[in-house]
Amino acid sequence: MSSAGASDLRATALTGRARRRLARRHRAEKRFRAYGFGAIAIALGILMLLFASIVIGGWGAFFRSEATLEIRFDAERIDPDGLRKPDVLATGDYGGLVRDALERLFPDVAGRRAKRALRRLMSRGAAYDLQKRVLDNPALIGQSASIPLPLSDEADLYVKGRISPDLPETERTLSDRQIAWLDALRERGRIHTGFNPGFFSSGDSREPELAGIGGALVGSLMTLFVALILCFPLGVAAAVYLEELAPETRWTRLVEVNINNLAAVPSVIFGVLGLAIFLGTFGLPRSAPLVGGLVLSLRTLPIIIIASRASLAAVPPSIRSAAMAIGASPIQVVAHHVVPNALPGILTGTIIGMAQALGETAPLLMIGMVAFVVDIPTGITDPATVLPVQIYLWADSPERAFVEKTAGAIIVLLAFLVSMNGTAVWLRQRFEKRT
Amino acid sequence: MTRSVEPSAPPTADPHEEEPNGARATTTVGEPRARVRAIGLNVFYGEKQALFGIDLAIPPNQVTALIGPSGCGKSTFLRCVNRMNDVIPTCRTTGRIELDGADLNSPSIDVVQLRAEVGMVFQRPNPFPKSIYDNVAYGPRIHGLAETRAELDDIVMGSLERAGLLKEVEDRLTEPGTSLSGGQQQRLCIARAIAVKPRVILMDEPCSALDPIATARIEELIDELRESYTIIMVTHSMQQAARISQRTAFFHLGRIIEEGETEQIFTDPHEERTQDYITGRFG
Amino acid sequence: MFLLAALSLAGMTVLAFHVGRRRALSKAGGRWGSLRSLPTQYGYFVALWTALPASIAALAWGTLGQRALPWAAENGLDARIPGLVLLLSTACAGLAWAAAKVEPSFPARESTERIIRILLFLSSGVAILTTIGIVLSLLFEALRFFALVSPVEFFTGLSWSPQTSLRSDQVGSSGAFGAVPVFTGTLLITLVAMSVSIPIGLLAAIYLGEYASPRVRSVVKPLLEILAGVPTVVYGFFAALSVAPMIRRFGESVGLDVSSESALAAGLVMGVMIIPFISSLSDDAIAAVPRAMRDGSLALGATRSETVKKVLLPAALPGIVGAILMAVSRAIGETMIVVMAAGLAARLTANPLSAVTTVTAQIVTLLIGDQEFDSAKTLAAFALGLTLLVLTLGINLIALETVRRFREQYE
Repeated sequence: MSSAGASDLRATALTGRARRRLARRHRAEKRFRAYGFGAIAIALGILMLLFASIVIGGWGAFFRSEATLEIRFDAERIDPDGLRKPDVLATGDYGGLVRDALERLFPDVAGRRAKRALRRLMSRGAAYDLQKRVLDNPALIGQSASIPLPLSDEADLYVKGRISPDLPETERTLSDRQIAWLDALRERGRIHTGFNPGFFSSGDSREPELAGIGGALVGSLMTLFVALILCFPLGVAAAVYLEELAPETRWTRLVEVNINNLAAVPSVIFGVLGLAIFLGTFGLPRSAPLVGGLVLSLRTLPIIIIASRASLAAVPPSIRSAAMAIGASPIQVVAHHVVPNALPGILTGTIIGMAQALGETAPLLMIGMVAFVVDIPTGITDPATVLPVQIYLWADSPERAFVEKTAGAIIVLLAFLVSMNGTAVWLRQRFEKRT
Repeated sequence: MTRSVEPSAPPTADPHEEEPNGARATTTVGEPRARVRAIGLNVFYGEKQALFGIDLAIPPNQVTALIGPSGCGKSTFLRCVNRMNDVIPTCRTTGRIELDGADLNSPSIDVVQLRAEVGMVFQRPNPFPKSIYDNVAYGPRIHGLAETRAELDDIVMGSLERAGLLKEVEDRLTEPGTSLSGGQQQRLCIARAIAVKPRVILMDEPCSALDPIATARIEELIDELRESYTIIMVTHSMQQAARISQRTAFFHLGRIIEEGETEQIFTDPHEERTQDYITGRFG
Repeated sequence: MFLLAALSLAGMTVLAFHVGRRRALSKAGGRWGSLRSLPTQYGYFVALWTALPASIAALAWGTLGQRALPWAAENGLDARIPGLVLLLSTACAGLAWAAAKVEPSFPARESTERIIRILLFLSSGVAILTTIGIVLSLLFEALRFFALVSPVEFFTGLSWSPQTSLRSDQVGSSGAFGAVPVFTGTLLITLVAMSVSIPIGLLAAIYLGEYASPRVRSVVKPLLEILAGVPTVVYGFFAALSVAPMIRRFGESVGLDVSSESALAAGLVMGVMIIPFISSLSDDAIAAVPRAMRDGSLALGATRSETVKKVLLPAALPGIVGAILMAVSRAIGETMIVVMAAGLAARLTANPLSAVTTVTAQIVTLLIGDQEFDSAKTLAAFALGLTLLVLTLGINLIALETVRRFREQYE
């Protein structure tokens, strides 16, 4: 450092003590900076961990494993009197067909316990599948066919590599024997893992391999629809009134304070409100998307009002003066000029509010949307559940396979949220560019 | 230029071994002694160049006034002297600026130490939301200039005294600095700057936010301070420049048009543009 | 049914608009000049009078008419038919009445705008109505609860077990309702959450505001915001299935007894959820400190960290305190994470490794499933709800007030 002397400002004046002090201050500066960087690294690290654990844990939910079995549609088992009557066919012993097929594949399995263990490799859904095939096409009876049928949840997990055969037998639900059978099936090329459409189309089920989010998705859509048609017009109307028309009175100040406070009320309280007022006083049906939508609309209303007011306030006053000067009435100014100009901002706020409503769980537990609903709802007064509540229910289930289902449902929920928020960001950016 | 401040490594050699003429390497014999000297200084904000090859020598213990129309680069130049331009991420400097011969843009310069040597008073008084005492004590505390409370008291009282504020605030040192009037606040900021014992004080239009009476007091104060400090002052007021400065530099569009003794600039400018500006024909 | 009603009402409304417009035009003999308002405004007027009373009637039927259902069913009637009849007849009556008013001299625009103004005003009142609904529904049931269990026992009792009956001679005779363990559980989890989120959130805000380049900021800020957008049920899942076992394994490896549901797991994850609140609110507070303060300190030779610690943070303190208070209010009201990860055991403990319960978790457990509105067990949830509401709103009001004062200081 030959120029150090020339560059040093107080070369002669800086004592050793002062120099040490300066060095200490610079170290403190570096340390402080590192703390800040560390804080961000921790926060983002946890975010990554969260997403990674969910994607890794839930990806398998979109796939299911099937074993191809040689099914003989034995008339004895499913249509003993040979009349092909649908009500008789519907009650046939399809489970027996699956059992027979398995025992033909493993003829040396003997004993009731062993046979039951073998049967447990297949899902109960296999019987439903066969029943459906026969009802659709009774000509199958008496014939035989190779049909891919769903494995049970535990077998499915093993095939997907989620259960390690190295674990001691006592620590897994699949016995050594069952694992050997599965390996044998795999060697004979009878096991395939493929996309699981049932995950998106089926309702809830006690059997993890049959459970799907179809019912919850429909329930969520209905609930959001009810919430949207209620809180969008109400929210925009309230925002327009407060921002554009209301005189500065005690009433408007009261409303404003009130809206800000409402936004801070814990969501679970809204559930209590729904329980007491909508179910208790008005006697609306429990577990219904109608009530869920009502509760969520009240929850979302403050968000929409606040966002709408902000974007109404951002409309330049010159537009109002111009319209006013032509002789438009206050309502016309608002309807023809202010609201159209503020609409992108209002929509952005609404989408963000709806995204929040989509993730809301606690208030819906209170109004009974936590019920076990197998059927996919067909109307807004049918009992239903929603996606986040489905996640809560599955997360509480003891079966291991439901963990995968839960994470899978979370992936779907997050995908919806990301696309909604993405739309909101896109809208906002487009809007910002224009002005 | 990096945004962050490179901490300077402690000098490896014993300071006493350095030859004084080594430290004054760029000062040629015969030139007047300069405390601050700019040689071909260019400043860019992103793509836009704000200063073009500024050459300027600022002698010690004088008031140098920088005048010129808005946006001509006066403040940019001022902020080069204590490297406050570092705060702006897009800002880039080439050329040379020296304080007593030391290159201020050298990577070995520690801006923290530099700013203790070059104080600054801003356009609007900006006392911290702390007590009057703590405002003045802030600099000495962070730089460790006082070892005991008594020493610190001495520095604070002395600085307030020199800034002509002591009598007015003596009995309310614990009140917030923001409770003072505008002129008092500005003198508090001057006291805060001199408490660190700088060699140079930069003043960026220090009176533009003040009324005429407060302005007169600050001008008086600047005139007194010149005995111990080198003062560089940006001003928009021709009268102010004429009243209190010894030297004046006229900036226009990022270049120095003319500089010299204040009297000469105001009575007999060499350049027509200077003449036009000080008589109010443009600007 | 709902769809049918909505569609028929929409059809009626469109029809009404045309009726109003045509009628105004024919009355004016095709000359617009003699009309006080534009023909379309007569159309709007009639349409409004058709849709509005009918919607109100339908709403009233939808809510109160449910009461008529059992009666209708007994008489072999489909109760929805009278509803539809009511809707359509109201719509027709409105249409006829409004159409009769259409005269060239009738100020249709003014009249319509008056109604719209009233509608907008009423919409703004929905928020008030919601608040009243919340307060009343909580208050009534809470008062009934306090008639069964004395407030003194509720707020000072140390034992909480609403499910089982302890003493048969006790009023309400269904359990113990000393809510102190529930409150301390909430407090414990909130403390854990805040001790994660305050340092991380604050330091992140400082780094982004004072050190990071604009490019880094524009990437990191939205990423942090994602943490606030993740639904709480997802955090609950993460806490219960990833974090809690992790803590448990770690505890076992150092010889600590950690319960599978712990205050620590719930609190840590809740803290992560709250990081973006703290960071964005305190970022606002620090950014609100005038630039001149920052420059003044830097020009005196302070390093950036000295400027932050000695000038910016003290100046922004009220704003930061406000932010922290809002975050606390959020943490107290957070439900799903604690329901899924903190457990239900009401335990009076300060040990974050044990399972605790919170006000929100108790409300959920007490109200899920079938409720009897006369049992102290169900009513206790309302008393807890009222306490929660008062607590969160109180903290929030203090926070808003602190922030408002802080803003005024620099405006």
